Amino acid sequence: MQLTTQHFIALLPLLITSATVVVVMLGIAWKRNHTLTFGLSVLGLNLALLSLLPALGVTPIEVTPLLLVDKFACYYMALVLAATLACVTLTHAYLGGESGKGYPGNREELYLLMLLSAAGGLVLVSAQHLAGLFIGLELLSVPTYGMIAYAFFNKRSLEAGIKYMVLSAAGSAFLLFGMALLYAESGNLTFAGIGAQLAANGLPSMLAQLGVGMMLIGLAFKLSLVPFHLWTPDVYEGAPAPVAAFLATASKVAVFAVLLRLYQMSPAMAGGWLSDLLTLIAIASIIFGNLLALLQNNLKRLLGYSSIAHFGYLLVALIASKGLAVEAVGVYLATYVLTSLGAFGVITLMSTPYNGRDCDALYEYRGLFWRRPYLTAVLTVMMLSLAGIPLTAGFIGKFYVVAAGVQSQQWWLLAALVIGSAIGVFYYLRVMVTLFMAEPNMHRHDAPFDWAQRAGGIMLLVVAVLAFALGVYPQPLLELVQQAGLVAVLP
Amino acid sequence: MILPWLILIPFIGGLLCWQFERFGNVLPRWIALLTMGLLFALGLWLWATGDFSLAPAPGAAPQWAAEFQVPWIERFGISIHLALDGLSVLMISLTGLLGVLSVLCSWNEIQNRVGFFHLNLMWILGGVVGVFLAVDLFLFFFFWEMMLVPMFFLIALWGHSGSDGKTRITAATKFFIFTQASGLIMLLAILGLVFVHFNQTGVLTFNYADLLQTKMSAGTEYILMLGFFIAFAVKFPVVPFHSWLPDAHAQAPTAGSVDLAGILLKTAAYGLLRFALPLFPNASAEFAPIAQWLGVFAIIYGALLSFAQTDIKRLVAYSSVSHMGFVLIAIYSASEIALQGAVVQMLAHGLSAAALFILCGQLYERLHTRDMREMGGIWARMPWLPALSLFFAAAALGLPGTGNFVGEFLILLGSFQSAPWVTIVAATGLVFGSVYALIMIHRAFFGPAKADTTLPGLQLRELSMVLGLAVLLILLGVYPQPVLDTSAASMQGVQQWLGNALNQPVLAR
Repeated sequence: MQLTTQHFIALLPLLITSATVVVVMLGIAWKRNHTLTFGLSVLGLNLALLSLLPALGVTPIEVTPLLLVDKFACYYMALVLAATLACVTLTHAYLGGESGKGYPGNREELYLLMLLSAAGGLVLVSAQHLAGLFIGLELLSVPTYGMIAYAFFNKRSLEAGIKYMVLSAAGSAFLLFGMALLYAESGNLTFAGIGAQLAANGLPSMLAQLGVGMMLIGLAFKLSLVPFHLWTPDVYEGAPAPVAAFLATASKVAVFAVLLRLYQMSPAMAGGWLSDLLTLIAIASIIFGNLLALLQNNLKRLLGYSSIAHFGYLLVALIASKGLAVEAVGVYLATYVLTSLGAFGVITLMSTPYNGRDCDALYEYRGLFWRRPYLTAVLTVMMLSLAGIPLTAGFIGKFYVVAAGVQSQQWWLLAALVIGSAIGVFYYLRVMVTLFMAEPNMHRHDAPFDWAQRAGGIMLLVVAVLAFALGVYPQPLLELVQQAGLVAVLP
Repeated sequence: MILPWLILIPFIGGLLCWQFERFGNVLPRWIALLTMGLLFALGLWLWATGDFSLAPAPGAAPQWAAEFQVPWIERFGISIHLALDGLSVLMISLTGLLGVLSVLCSWNEIQNRVGFFHLNLMWILGGVVGVFLAVDLFLFFFFWEMMLVPMFFLIALWGHSGSDGKTRITAATKFFIFTQASGLIMLLAILGLVFVHFNQTGVLTFNYADLLQTKMSAGTEYILMLGFFIAFAVKFPVVPFHSWLPDAHAQAPTAGSVDLAGILLKTAAYGLLRFALPLFPNASAEFAPIAQWLGVFAIIYGALLSFAQTDIKRLVAYSSVSHMGFVLIAIYSASEIALQGAVVQMLAHGLSAAALFILCGQLYERLHTRDMREMGGIWARMPWLPALSLFFAAAALGLPGTGNFVGEFLILLGSFQSAPWVTIVAATGLVFGSVYALIMIHRAFFGPAKADTTLPGLQLRELSMVLGLAVLLILLGVYPQPVLDTSAASMQGVQQWLGNALNQPVLAR
């Protein structure tokens, strides 16, 4: 196939991100400088974000059989890049400034890994071919092993990294096996081709169903859906806070986007018992995710469990699959990314600069309101948004998912959603009340006094304002997402 | 243009209270008082100048005394659509009045984080006003859920710990989970209705006037109606869903109890009258006997439990359950007299329950207990307060001359024709009512005194609040005509909706 300028324009975001990786690597080799590395990464990510504008002009376009750059891909690229940008900013605050305080080891490589992982995310969201999917997924996952274990002199971080590596590799193995089975059955590797092939044979054969099922297991590992969620709390707890933020946002968004595209482009994959299986996974994720979060005393673990539940909610829209579903996923992911960034951002700033252990025990947040009122306001908005209370972005996301569910009449899933959110409210409120309780006498950790004047703090305030503004006036986001649909789907 | 300001004023006032806390504790109180005074004055002004013969009724597009509409989320056909009729103006005036009172009654009670307290207080009232004005179902749900958060903070941060080891945080969380979960069920029902409408007409809208035209099969209508009913029943509270109420009341600060009993419970009755009945008349007609018997059960169950309480605030809380049972019977009676009675009963209960909670708060400030076993003989130890308590207890049991009597009398009179047995059993609730009201007075104020020291008397602020409420309650009892005139058109509309459905032959449904 011939590559023209247009193809390169469509690939610009990915090319720029990859170029940034190389430049940052060479920069580190030439001279270790934390601020310089940070600056280069931010510059690269911003350029990549900007390059989405020309890329939008040439969409939809197929770049090699592997990738399809359409508006859908551009929207999720923007989400991944913005989330990565926010995580990079948080990382800078977390690792510490030039002076002796902060992370004692080499700081610069974390940016390298994060950029590499983001490039994987970009590939993943535009994949339309099983090979593209696999390349993207591995490029996304492999750097995260290193990122999670980055604070390797902390036992938990190292343990989390190894755990994630083993389980993620197991998930990839399932995925590959599933792909092989599907290929054996349909002789095709593109999403649309597989879908057409399966639909042509009427009911998919047992082999194909098994293949889809195994792929689903592989992806469910990455999305930490029940019963493949066991790694989540440990990894969230062990990973340094900005890395956990990256895992919860950029990484999950990319995987969910490719799952959505897979299901939309080959709907035959959801036939028969597979759709029941998916429904069961969704209900189990909603219920168990929320139940397990109930008694957590560690904020990072709590957010880990809550993310399981949130991806259960998202599955409701995925299963609905018609009408509002694609839009609902787009809106929900955007609000979820915003909210998670905010929540992990507060944890990061509380643990800033790094001093051996993150500030993630709930008691360390007691009475935070009386010491850092605005930081507390940010966390409160995020908790309300996670719980889906009006005036926050989370409410709009939840409203969309419920609307998609009602439209396709998924009553069992909606019942699970109602029960799940009722349980969820309990632990989000618990966190909120903790913030406002009377102060304990001792506190080890606190955000620096001037947190709001630093890059991380400013980013956090922007996130909080956005979460509030989108809750009050979501129309711009909805219009954006409406245009980012895979096909013109009207309700 | 005045309608959005009714909502914005409390929200802005709350923010000001929070920000001006840095200049001392007194300023936020005055700002809050001014804000609520302004809201109350605007409510009264609207009441005085509006034409309340305009109200929604079946068969035509709804007419309103005032209306305001701007597009909001066009994707779903959602607009900020506010409208006012006789029912809403009465409720808003009540909200303004109780807002003023709840600021006044926390003047001494709340001493820490004053600004943040008033922020929450103002935002609750702003949300409530929004509920009373919204005629876009999304907007209604938005306010319905939104007022929970500040109420939660009010109970969780400034509440009292319970007598039996229950903490205020447990109570607040229970309140929040009950109302939030039931609210989500209502959201499902709203969306169900919207999509039924969409499938018929191809227009995606949350507008009340458009959704009224939706045609549904009987089964769908019944299920959607139940979704609405459950949400309102939890807030009402109807008996199987009431268990959050006594806990929340007992643990809430005085202002929280006043708002909860005085206005928040009324949002549920308002929701039934405004949305559940007009949107689903046939299903409501079918459901009416069940709802009425639930009301009867609530009256008697509430009264009996009220009698058994030792905590004076829990006693008043259970009496609210009992009183709201009358309102539920009236709403489903399809009789205009009973519906008018429900409006008067809502206002009268708002005033008398608020007064009783304020008195409980004043008692608590002096005795530092709400346990009636540790009271007794207070009549001799302080002036005014016991006598006023006796008056409001008598009002609560429906003494002629108070608004409560008018309300209960109209309700019983109006419902008798359509549901005689319900009315007969409900009327026995009045007897139980006098039992618990008098036993409260007896246990708390008569009997042997536990101590001889005199208690500090009521200050002018405290006295004027309660006396003012007493005057209003007597006015409502002696001359309820202005209220009845204001709500007449709205209640006629509701009556027609349910009445038409009831009179239809069963086959036609």
